[in-house]
Amino acid sequence: MNEKTIKRRIFNNKLYKIFVFLFSFLSIIPLFLIIYFVLIRGIKYINLKFIFSMPKPMGEIGGGIFNAIVGSFIIVGVAALIAIPIGIIVGVFLSEYKEKKYTEIVKILVDTLQGIPSIVIGIIAYLWIVKPLRQFSAISGSIALSFIMLPLVIKSTEEVLNLVPVEIKEAAYALGAPYHRIVLKILLPSGSVGILTGTLIGISRILGETAPLLFTAFGNQFLNLNLLKPMNTIPYLIYVYATSPYKDWHNQAFAASTILIIIVLSINLFGRFMEKKWKM
Amino acid sequence: MENVILKIINLNAYYGSQKVLKNVNLEIYENRVTTILGPSGCGKTTLIRCINRLHELSPGARIEGQILLKGEDLYQIEPMIVRQKIGMVFQKPNPFPTMTIYDNVIAGYILSGIKLSKEEKDKIVEESLIKSGLWDEVKESLFKKGTFLSGGQQQRLCIARALAMKPEILLLDEPTSALDPVATSIIEELIIELKKSVTTVLVTHNIGQAGRVSDYTAFFYLGELIEFGKTTEMFTVPKSKKTEEYLIGKIG
Repeated sequence: MNEKTIKRRIFNNKLYKIFVFLFSFLSIIPLFLIIYFVLIRGIKYINLKFIFSMPKPMGEIGGGIFNAIVGSFIIVGVAALIAIPIGIIVGVFLSEYKEKKYTEIVKILVDTLQGIPSIVIGIIAYLWIVKPLRQFSAISGSIALSFIMLPLVIKSTEEVLNLVPVEIKEAAYALGAPYHRIVLKILLPSGSVGILTGTLIGISRILGETAPLLFTAFGNQFLNLNLLKPMNTIPYLIYVYATSPYKDWHNQAFAASTILIIIVLSINLFGRFMEKKWKM
Repeated sequence: MENVILKIINLNAYYGSQKVLKNVNLEIYENRVTTILGPSGCGKTTLIRCINRLHELSPGARIEGQILLKGEDLYQIEPMIVRQKIGMVFQKPNPFPTMTIYDNVIAGYILSGIKLSKEEKDKIVEESLIKSGLWDEVKESLFKKGTFLSGGQQQRLCIARALAMKPEILLLDEPTSALDPVATSIIEELIIELKKSVTTVLVTHNIGQAGRVSDYTAFFYLGELIEFGKTTEMFTVPKSKKTEEYLIGKIG
């Protein structure tokens, strides 16, 4: 190889490196801009009073978003309670029965479910639950959100279980273990970190969903703990406040957005941290 | 006088349409070490996986013929029970990564949902680890993860895990192929020591190992049992030309 080719190769290598770094940097700029913009406008309105007090009636200045924070945690919590067990079971099925035709069909359906726009899922929940009950309710919001979370839990469970070495499973079979205990005592514990991470990503995803809640959980001025009644949530409150004509509400929408971003970011970071710490 | 514990009669094993064991007839004697010897792809591993019925877990796998454990047809018993009576140690050490050393030893009981008192558990753990020669090395760290041990120690942990179920037969599938020479010789000594309490079937392609540890050897080639006999006799005066060629390194 002559010197010229080598020089050209070294130059090309450098060029590629520069491109990779440049574009990875460019891609995170919007994220930083969003966080910066929201923080700058929202952070000054956040204080304990804003977090722990109820909204003031329309037209009055001040008040907090306590009911929306509580509502978000309840609705997302119930959604997670629905999506996690079902998601794990389906994930186990997909990774354990790879050869079956039916598995392929389930896989395609899960992918499709993931691709359905969240507003459509909201409409379905409205038709199935809100209309028959003749009432907006927190539980209908939870169910809609659980549909969005489900594919995330299924996929992360399936992926992490595929990583469990065959040798480990065979060792369990060779000891005469029944299948259900192999799943419970060997497979799921081996994949627990991955499943947890997937679950956390799912939770942080649905925490910010607004569209499925518009005509399910609906929103509520007051603090409500009854799952069968309308309940306020942070994203819904942001939607209502941001589209209102009041300056004070606009500011509160930014403050609520800041809180939402902080919650979602910390859940994601916690998931990352767990993944690093417990990875085998 | 040798006691037959396991009798394999006209065994054929298949993966899909591929026949990997051809009409195998073999007797395994109680409290002896029997080596299944042969080059890669001769069906050694398939044979022992038929004995503890792991073979049937592979897609498309099936067998014809009979395997009798003390006169009882293994294929008429629940596979879970067969596998508790016939323990197995694999090529690569595979302790359960989420379990402590202690739990790994009694994993067979945990996984089968057999309830044991604290004293029973302690006793089984200590006995099994003493038998597998690991007790002195790990007695201070029983509640650490098994995956922190060295490869050789992990393999002895796997042997302890198999012995804890008090199996009648112990199947060893090339147990030293992933280990260094020192760890290998420790395990070979252990195999000889274990003869007192358990019948061992050892799969290996290592002629030296077969010579060092086994009483009987069965030589397999391309899915067929070529020759079976006392190891000392077979290694000095092989009856078959194929065996001789393998022993002197012409095939393999």
